[in-house]
Amino acid sequence: MTTAQPLIQARGLVKRFGGFTAVDAIDVAVRAGEAFGFLGPNGAGKSSTMRMIGCVSPPSGGELRILGMDPVRDGPEIRARLGVCPQLDTLDPELTVRENLITYARYFGIARRVARLRAAELLDFVQLSERADSKVEPLSGGMKRRLTIARALVNEPEIVLLDEPTTGLDPQARHLVWERLFQLKQQGVTLVLTTHYMDEAEQLCDRLVVMDGGRIVAEGSPRVLIEQHSTREVVELRFAGESQEPFASKLEQLGERVEVLPDRILLYVPDGDAAVAEVTALGLHPINVLVRRSGLEDVFLHLTGRTLID
Amino acid sequence: MVTLVLPRLMDVSAASRRSVSVAERNVSALKSIYWLLLVSGFIEPLLYLFSIGVGVGALVGDLTLPGGTVVSYAAFVAPAMLAASAMTGSFAETTFNFFGKMKYMKLYDGVIATPVQPFEIALGELAWAMLRGSAYSGAFLVVMVVMDLTTAARAVVAFPAAVLVGFTFGAIGMTIATFMRSWQDFDVLASAQFVLFLFSGTFVPAQAYPTLLRWLVEVTPLYRAVHLIRGITVGGGGWTWLLDIGYLLVVLAVGLFIASRRMSRLLYR
Repeated sequence: MTTAQPLIQARGLVKRFGGFTAVDAIDVAVRAGEAFGFLGPNGAGKSSTMRMIGCVSPPSGGELRILGMDPVRDGPEIRARLGVCPQLDTLDPELTVRENLITYARYFGIARRVARLRAAELLDFVQLSERADSKVEPLSGGMKRRLTIARALVNEPEIVLLDEPTTGLDPQARHLVWERLFQLKQQGVTLVLTTHYMDEAEQLCDRLVVMDGGRIVAEGSPRVLIEQHSTREVVELRFAGESQEPFASKLEQLGERVEVLPDRILLYVPDGDAAVAEVTALGLHPINVLVRRSGLEDVFLHLTGRTLID
Repeated sequence: MVTLVLPRLMDVSAASRRSVSVAERNVSALKSIYWLLLVSGFIEPLLYLFSIGVGVGALVGDLTLPGGTVVSYAAFVAPAMLAASAMTGSFAETTFNFFGKMKYMKLYDGVIATPVQPFEIALGELAWAMLRGSAYSGAFLVVMVVMDLTTAARAVVAFPAAVLVGFTFGAIGMTIATFMRSWQDFDVLASAQFVLFLFSGTFVPAQAYPTLLRWLVEVTPLYRAVHLIRGITVGGGGWTWLLDIGYLLVVLAVGLFIASRRMSRLLYR
């Protein structure tokens, strides 16, 4: 295979469930060695896309090639080279932590002796060696997720698919997962992940697509997306009173764009501090002011008019 | 020619290896509590054999089979208990446990992300169910020989027949499980299973029923299973056992086909 050929190539990919179109003709190309993200709110079609890439959900239309093969015809061959970390843990509750990994390795046809060695290595990698002989159920959410990630690596996959890898985890657990994923990326493993967390996308992804309502609304590196779809800085202002709306009209002249949220107003400007001075000069006195750099959240807000987590 | 045949052969060997890995998982999951379940499955047919076969048998006396063979009532009932326990054993595994793994533990959602395919899951679970059913059958046959209800030689031939029965009911059970919506549905299944158990020529020869009912009874899988095993353990019946085997094999194949098709539909969403 030439290096130029994408590992995952989708053209006009569609997934329908009855009358509902979950994925609406998307084009995606993931290259070897990159960390690629699908960013979007719940129901954007991220998981459906991931399941199609994982060869467990036949596409309803369009074209999909994974590792140069057809996911419907060559499912077993493709899946042998994929690692999958699904959104909901599908760990085996009747087995111990270690047995979960060994049994899973056996599904890939890995010899028991090799499976045992690899399980020990992977438990070390995700810092679960001490819980090796524990049942799955008493593990914390973060531990279960790490075990699922370890399980996804048991066949030494070329592509690892992670569907919302840190949703529901506390900050410390999230950072540990990110560390491990970053290490994998350093080892040259291709990562494909979905998330509705901006910081996660910014931390891990070389390139991402923003999805909304089954369509791709933007594509690029986090930095380029921010440059294209937002200003350098954002001023968040909160005014006293029932509604923020009356203040918004007065602020419009100050920035490139104004977004009104239920509890605050976002003012998009090149220079935040200068804008705050101008707000004061207008005789407005917000009860709360925050100046920050633009992020992917702002990109999403601009593109869809909605926040990511609602 | 070789290039055409070889990939196919490799396909089959990879598929059977993957099915074995599914069965293996159940061996890993075997825990002490499970042995209790296994033992209870063996005790049940024994209790029927003693209470009805021996107890009621003392009142009934000997029986003349259609072929002219005269047997004790216990010897008449025992092969039916054997067939029924092969059914119960593989049903327990392929309905209740299989449903739990698929719908509640979401086990197969994890498995299908690997090279293992729904058909191989079905085959692996069936092989496992068959192992459990065979263990019951083997133990029960030993009891039959000890109680002089059949000969050792006949028991040896009856064993693979009982394994086939287990396989067939496993495939039926798995198909039913894919149509189950909730645990409540299992009450209906249990009732159906009990009716089958009572009326499949188990305690009374099917000839005792009115023609229409008899005809109905004779097409049920448990009747064919009982008929096959009884033919082996007490003799008589001529070549009709070929019909029984053919019937069981067809049901097995159809059941396995439908079950794996249904699983594909449910899992590959």
